[in-house]
Amino acid sequence: MNGFNLMDYAPILVMFIVAFGFAASQVVVTQLIGPKKKTATKLMPYECGKDPVGSARDRFSIKFYNVAVVFLLFDIEVLFMVPFAVAFKALFKENVTYGTIAFVEIIVFIATLVIGLIYAWKKGTFDWNVQARAEAKAEAKALKEKKLQRVEELKRGEIKIAA
Amino acid sequence: MEQVIKTVFPIVVLFAGATVAFGAVMGVVAYTVLAERKVLGWLQGRIGPNRVGPWGVLQPFADLFKFIFKEDIAPDKSTKFVYYLAPIVAVTAALIPMVVYPFGPPIISVDWSFLPFGLGEGISRLPLVLAQIDVGVLFVLGVTSVGVYGIALAGWSSNSKYSLMGGLRSSAQMISYELAMGASVLGVVMLSGSLNLSDIICAQIYSPYKWFIIPQFIGFLVFLISAFAETNRVPFDLPEAETELVAGFHTEYSALKFALFFMAEYVNMFTVSVMCVTLFLGGWYVPGLSHIFQFGTIPYALISVGAFFLKIFLFLFLYIWIRGTLPRFRFDQLMSFGWKFLLPVAIANVILTIVAIWAWNVMGWSQAVPCSN
Repeated sequence: MNGFNLMDYAPILVMFIVAFGFAASQVVVTQLIGPKKKTATKLMPYECGKDPVGSARDRFSIKFYNVAVVFLLFDIEVLFMVPFAVAFKALFKENVTYGTIAFVEIIVFIATLVIGLIYAWKKGTFDWNVQARAEAKAEAKALKEKKLQRVEELKRGEIKIAA
Repeated sequence: MEQVIKTVFPIVVLFAGATVAFGAVMGVVAYTVLAERKVLGWLQGRIGPNRVGPWGVLQPFADLFKFIFKEDIAPDKSTKFVYYLAPIVAVTAALIPMVVYPFGPPIISVDWSFLPFGLGEGISRLPLVLAQIDVGVLFVLGVTSVGVYGIALAGWSSNSKYSLMGGLRSSAQMISYELAMGASVLGVVMLSGSLNLSDIICAQIYSPYKWFIIPQFIGFLVFLISAFAETNRVPFDLPEAETELVAGFHTEYSALKFALFFMAEYVNMFTVSVMCVTLFLGGWYVPGLSHIFQFGTIPYALISVGAFFLKIFLFLFLYIWIRGTLPRFRFDQLMSFGWKFLLPVAIANVILTIVAIWAWNVMGWSQAVPCSN
């Protein structure tokens, strides 16, 4: 509250030195101590004991990228609300009218955010694997019907189970 | 000479404070791991580790020595530099938020003039916080989310399919729940009018409810759920879902590098527990304690620190309890839960709080709180 003082932030640097030093020393120590018997098999990426097929640097679902972009937008909007949240009560202390103006403005701001959320929602950004799941459901349904049909046939005695 | 000592002294004190905080958190983390194995054992009708020392109390050290003497393997197709950097990033990002934890109330009753070279001059209070910065809450949220880099880089650099999937899932999950977490904190920030964790505790002491969990119950629930997701714990432990991804992003890590990821996870659990306690459960404040001991004396501080850690242990126990109870989400359920339920609820909570504060002030019911450093 008494203005900005850089020395207030010095502990962060100290903590960074302690934490980073600790982590880095662990990585170095584990290099020095401990057995070093490298074999070609040991250095393979793990794939359930089989030889790895292809590379792991493959393409992955675009969904992850979409989620990251939407996250960026909303995270910035939430961050914009933080200064408001800090100042909100102080504004009322100053003058009730100021507070009311801020109140109306933040409601408009949140409304924009909600409209954006609804848009992304309707665009299906948050639906994961809709197509694959629909296919799996259809398959499961077909299997179930086939089974029921077979039970019916067994009941009617149309087929016999070999003993 | 005296001048040199006077210049160096604050730095030495800072390093000592950082080391003490580091040691305390590491001790809690080591014994959280043991407690987790014990409690999970009891929940499943087993006795848990009981061989190393009485009741297995030396188990964390046995584990540490085992990690030290294991072979350190880097897969030959991995990107070496990033592969070694990832655990360091994860642990560093998990440990740095420690500087803003308000471990206890300041001690103001001690006279420091006994220190040589006049070092005690002008020191009237010893805060039990390393850094009194005005952006405490934002700092914690920001630095802990750097931990995502550790996990994403570990997954990518290992060049293993399981690791890559684990890293991707983890990044998507952590950024999704980050939003709900950030939004759920806004209510508390509005009520206290500050981002400084000590000021938030002070605001709770002077508020009529004492704990912000009462006016911010929805915010508390959203924060708790997203905290579970942020730390990749059951039921949100998809990044390391054993049944499908072997060990997720740390499949290819061994020896102390694996231990570092393990540590980072538990330190993050500790961090979110601290945040829960500080934001919603009044931090170190014990109601009525000032009638017995005077504020600022050593017994007052000790009991407060004890209360603070007790509340944290409750949350850590909750983590373990839930791990022993709930099954895991499916990934599409996880994403739709975060975006379609948790985020709207968090935003609704923010709107509700804004409207309530506005109404209270227009009616003239709110009273000023004497909190600021």
